[in-house]
Amino acid sequence: MENKPRETTYEVLRRHGIDRRSFLRYCTMLTAAMGLPGSMVTQVVQAMESKPRIPVIWLHGLECTCCTESFIRSSHPIAQDIILNMISLDYDDTLQAAAGHQAEEIRRRLIEEHPGEYLLAVEGNAPTKDGGVYCTVAGQTFLDVLLETAEHAKAIVAWGSCASNGCVQAAHPNPTGATPVHELIHDKPVINVPGCPPIAEVMTGVLTYVLTFDRLPELDRFGRPKMFYGHRVHDKCQRRAFFDAGQFVEQWDDDGARQGWCLYKMGCRGPMTYNACSSMKWNNGVSFPISSGHGCLGCSENGFWDNGPFYQHLAGVPLPGIESTPDTIGKIAAAAAGVGVAAHFGSFIAKRALFGEGRDRQADTTPAKGDEA
Amino acid sequence: MSTRRVVVDPVTRIEGHLRIEAMLDGSGVIGDAISSGTMWRGIELILEGRDPRDAWAFCERICGVCTTVHALASVRAVEDAIGTKVPRNADIIRNIMFLTQYVQDHVIHFYHLHALDWVDVVSALKADPDATSKLAHAVSPRWPKSSPGYFRDLLTTLKNFVESGQLGIFANAYWGHPAYKLPPEANLMAVAHYLEALEWQKEVIKIHTVFGGKNPHPNYLVGGMASAIALQSDQAINIERLNMVRGLINEAITIVEQLYLPDLLAIAGFYPEWTQIGGGLGNYLCYGDLPQDGIDSPEAFLFPRGAILDRNLSEVLEVDPRDPEGIREEITHSWYDYPEGKQALHPWEGTTRPNYTGPEPP
Repeated sequence: MENKPRETTYEVLRRHGIDRRSFLRYCTMLTAAMGLPGSMVTQVVQAMESKPRIPVIWLHGLECTCCTESFIRSSHPIAQDIILNMISLDYDDTLQAAAGHQAEEIRRRLIEEHPGEYLLAVEGNAPTKDGGVYCTVAGQTFLDVLLETAEHAKAIVAWGSCASNGCVQAAHPNPTGATPVHELIHDKPVINVPGCPPIAEVMTGVLTYVLTFDRLPELDRFGRPKMFYGHRVHDKCQRRAFFDAGQFVEQWDDDGARQGWCLYKMGCRGPMTYNACSSMKWNNGVSFPISSGHGCLGCSENGFWDNGPFYQHLAGVPLPGIESTPDTIGKIAAAAAGVGVAAHFGSFIAKRALFGEGRDRQADTTPAKGDEA
Repeated sequence: MSTRRVVVDPVTRIEGHLRIEAMLDGSGVIGDAISSGTMWRGIELILEGRDPRDAWAFCERICGVCTTVHALASVRAVEDAIGTKVPRNADIIRNIMFLTQYVQDHVIHFYHLHALDWVDVVSALKADPDATSKLAHAVSPRWPKSSPGYFRDLLTTLKNFVESGQLGIFANAYWGHPAYKLPPEANLMAVAHYLEALEWQKEVIKIHTVFGGKNPHPNYLVGGMASAIALQSDQAINIERLNMVRGLINEAITIVEQLYLPDLLAIAGFYPEWTQIGGGLGNYLCYGDLPQDGIDSPEAFLFPRGAILDRNLSEVLEVDPRDPEGIREEITHSWYDYPEGKQALHPWEGTTRPNYTGPEPP
């Protein structure tokens, strides 16, 4: 790893034999993939021409590596493109060739030689109990590694529910004191990208947005990019019409299951889960859990593990009766939407409070602002 | 002779956190080694008191690289406890899910995790594209991506990448070390296949997405199989979905037969001494899997159940997983504590009480 001036993405692509025309086509596709209007292509081109490849340190704490696995499933852009052409993934203990002190040397050198220039991606979180012994790297606690690497990072991406919310190891009784990144680091911008794991194209979308525009995407009050976490899974669910019509699956093998009716009574968390599953779907648009017949577990929501049992429906709120006409149901649904999710799932929120969350997750329906800054 | 202690921490290209300490004698031979998993989350403790139908989801998060298999084991344990039998169709789909993971994981482990221990990426720069093409044809005659032009393009890409000075995941590694035995052409071919396999692995797992809605960590196990199979429904797993699965399975067969196995055999040929290294203590236990007649009929498993002792491959011993003496978990070499000072317990009797007594981090 030498200290040469870093090349721009365009220069890298040119050297790889990609002509100007293909480069422009690539930028157009990238713009579309990020959900930006066609008028933004020029800005994307400019960014790709003038910005060097940013070094990335990708740390692994208490986690299961599902985020890395999801990341390499990305279809647009593909992982190879990101790793070879868009970022310099200098440290990632799941993928890097070097091990042991050679691996740690890379991290230390980046911190010393490029302070403030690298992006820190965190997969997993830090155990804080018992002196942090429950996760160590090179004899150092992960908590220390995280804090010293974060200190000189340009910004932090908290991959997945572990880094964003705590996830499974932070579920009751949280034996290791697992603590998400934003509760440990307060003086750096942190983008939370929750999900267990997050959708692959959400991960690469967040990364390419930051690389292209050199700034954070617009975040909601939980630090999540609005472009991917602005709506509930329920809002765009293909089974939504059956919810509104009061047609529910009651047993895994009943006729409703074969007809693709709503999974609310089977415990689906779609109505309180902010994620892009129903709009973008998974693995290049093949399906998402509800579409495949299993309710949403709410895996991108804070504390979802303690919001079980998963197969018990959310709350005792009166559901649209099956005798009701679609008109009546429509009115009920409209009224519920009018007073917000709190009325719709009142007892769910009360239940969350029991788990010490206290804060409700009322729909933040403010549409994401355009990116024409 | 003086001894030397070599520490490798972190061991990279694995799932989780691992530390190896090896004690070398004066001639560089490892006489003793200690391996430590340096991450612990206590998922067993988190599971206590939960609804048993939820257990699979917690267990699934034990590993996201080998996603789904822990979930499958967990749901089977629950079904065993409550005496539920799943329908044959559920077993078939579970087998498809398991095998999808099994095949995809083998390929990922070979190319993206282990290959860099055998393949010298920088040596590939010295390869002759024409000779690489000939080699690729010889190794796998039917694999289409093997023209001299294809390898020439890759060589250019690789050269430019290395010359940029930003080596990314290939930085600060062991390139040029004499332990690497492959000729430059084999290295170039392996790099090409590393990238091709990276492309493919995101396709085959779409089988998981069809039945489980997502990958990693599909949701599909409770109720035998949550996904409804109704060939003529437009909302369930219908003939279109099954055709997609069939296509992906056929692609996987091609990858395994024409890419993975030929590469594995070709590369192994340069490292024959490694067939004599490792293997652990020589005792192996296989629970068995791929039920053809339900989980309670291990005699009909496609992967048979049994134990092998002292590397004696000619004798497969029967194992009864319910026998308290048949399978035991030991804590002698782990940071746990069992009641009454016991050292080994059957998993049904086992407890999870962390007792870390290792070195305190600075």
